[in-house]
Amino acid sequence: MTAVARTAELSIETLGLSKRFGRQLAVDGVDLAVPKGSVFGFLGPNGSGKTTTIRIMLGLAAASSGSVRILGEEMPRQLRTVLPRVGALVEGPAFYPFLSGAANLARFDAADPQAPAGTRRARVRTALERVGLAHAADKKVRAYSLGMKQRLGIANALLAPRELLVLDEPTNGLDPQGTREVRHLVRSLAADGATVFVSSHLLAEVEQICTHAAIMSAGRLVAQGTLPELRQAGHARIRLLTPDPGAAARVLAGLGLTADGGAAPGGSGTNGSGTSASGTADFRAGGVRTDGPGGDALLYAPLPAGAGNGALSPEAVVAALVAADVRVRGFALEQGSLEDRFVELTGEGFEVAR
Amino acid sequence: MQGKPSVRTGPDRGPEARQERGAEARQDRVRAPVLRLLGSELGVLFRRRRTWAMLLALAAIPVLIALAVRLSSTVPPGRGPAFLDRISQNGLFVGVTAMLVAVPLFLPLTIGVVAGDTLAGEAGLGTLRYLLAAPAGRGRLLLVKYGGAVVFAAAAPLTVAVVGAGIGAALFPVGPVTLLSGDTIGAADALGRLLLIAAYLAVSLVGLSAIGLFMSSLTDVPVGAMAATVVFAVAAQIADALPQLEWLHPWLFSHRWLDFADLLRQPIAWDSFAANALLQGGYVAVFGALAYARFATKDVLS
Repeated sequence: MTAVARTAELSIETLGLSKRFGRQLAVDGVDLAVPKGSVFGFLGPNGSGKTTTIRIMLGLAAASSGSVRILGEEMPRQLRTVLPRVGALVEGPAFYPFLSGAANLARFDAADPQAPAGTRRARVRTALERVGLAHAADKKVRAYSLGMKQRLGIANALLAPRELLVLDEPTNGLDPQGTREVRHLVRSLAADGATVFVSSHLLAEVEQICTHAAIMSAGRLVAQGTLPELRQAGHARIRLLTPDPGAAARVLAGLGLTADGGAAPGGSGTNGSGTSASGTADFRAGGVRTDGPGGDALLYAPLPAGAGNGALSPEAVVAALVAADVRVRGFALEQGSLEDRFVELTGEGFEVAR
Repeated sequence: MQGKPSVRTGPDRGPEARQERGAEARQDRVRAPVLRLLGSELGVLFRRRRTWAMLLALAAIPVLIALAVRLSSTVPPGRGPAFLDRISQNGLFVGVTAMLVAVPLFLPLTIGVVAGDTLAGEAGLGTLRYLLAAPAGRGRLLLVKYGGAVVFAAAAPLTVAVVGAGIGAALFPVGPVTLLSGDTIGAADALGRLLLIAAYLAVSLVGLSAIGLFMSSLTDVPVGAMAATVVFAVAAQIADALPQLEWLHPWLFSHRWLDFADLLRQPIAWDSFAANALLQGGYVAVFGALAYARFATKDVLS
């Protein structure tokens, strides 16, 4: 496959993209490949370089090194021909508060040299209808709620037929109803053949609407691929509910498994609301949680992904536990979720990365 | 105003079609989109309450002067601003007097607000990133922003002149005007001279507008750019008043702000008008280039 054919299939392609602010590397060697027609989730904790990457993609900021191709064209050199085909919502909506919603959209449309002025009024109305703002078209944006501004921002991205939509946190500030609508909207845009690039820190949202995703952490791209690929890369684990955590942990250790808390909230140790039953349990195993129903303990243990020889099937684990008289009250095999993968790659702390 | 609607290239269209479209768009790009965006810019500027508040404040100057003269019995000649003593004989002098009063502070103040707001205001609102992503084009946006500021620089002295003539005509007799050269011209002709002075002041303010545009390209905080521009205007006038800095005076953009007396001679002496235009043109070139150099490469992070 030639290089030209390859880039034609990618709506966004960055190579070694880096951005330095002073001594800090905000974006560090990012190689994004967003296939045409995909709904691409761009994940990462706050401060991981998502928005900076988007700004460079749209020509708002210059890259320190590396290159960007949007819709097969070099950016920012071809900015004038590329950007009219791209709709964007960048780091929240921004409008003139003293103008009405419709006047704001007309203003941004007038800034696009390729948008025909003759159809502007109709296109503005259609875009407003599409995001459910038709009734507020003539209201000053000053009087809009955060959710309405967010909708107006999305309407702005939809003013013209677009081949690529770049939506930075599109559901920010929306009520559940609005979130659902945005999800529908994204799906319908994708169904029309547009590529949708959604940056978000809401994993559930990405899991619901995206076909592909990439994960940023501290300026670096730490994973990207289709959603199933990303999930698979995470480890499967077993979840065991038992009143005999000590014995269970010993059995698991005998099988070569280490019980741990995984990504489960609460980590290890007792929690204050533990019942008397759990208070007497043996907690040497690091990952035992005691908030199971009726004082039963919950154990998690990662199942080695490479266990293809069948030596350690989940049922074998149950059999071993039962054979050792461990009272198994609940057992499940959990596939890795995107959240697990995300936390695994970006760390768990609540601290903003930088 | 708008040219041929440009054809959107679909994903199925080849590179030739795009090139063709590119050539078409290029033609389109230089004329229609600039005018279209300028129209939008003026729409935003003049739908803003602040703009009207400033024009109203400027309009209040001649009204205040006219009322003061009307309500007081006599104006002793030689006191107060020039021409003040002639208002009671001829209402058209309200416009001249008001412009004279507005030049040192009020006009630069409003220009500072508008020109300082051009880019920094958009950055502060966050709308700059959407204009550039539209894509407005940095050069084009800069040009249009400056164009908007210049239109305001013309509207501001015009407001003072027109309101001055209007209130003067309403409160005082209007008749032939004796010029500085001793000749007398009719009232209609005199009104023309009044508008000419407004035009002179508009030209005087384009240099300051360019300074404001440059200041505005330096920051995302509009108030900072506005204040810096006004400080520039005041500092230039202070420097102009210091004899020790005489070598600097011809280079100060404010040096010829009050040199419009030549327009009140018969025939009109255009020398000062031309010299002022040249001086202001120099400032536009220098600060326009600085603003472009700054804005064309600026990372828009607001």
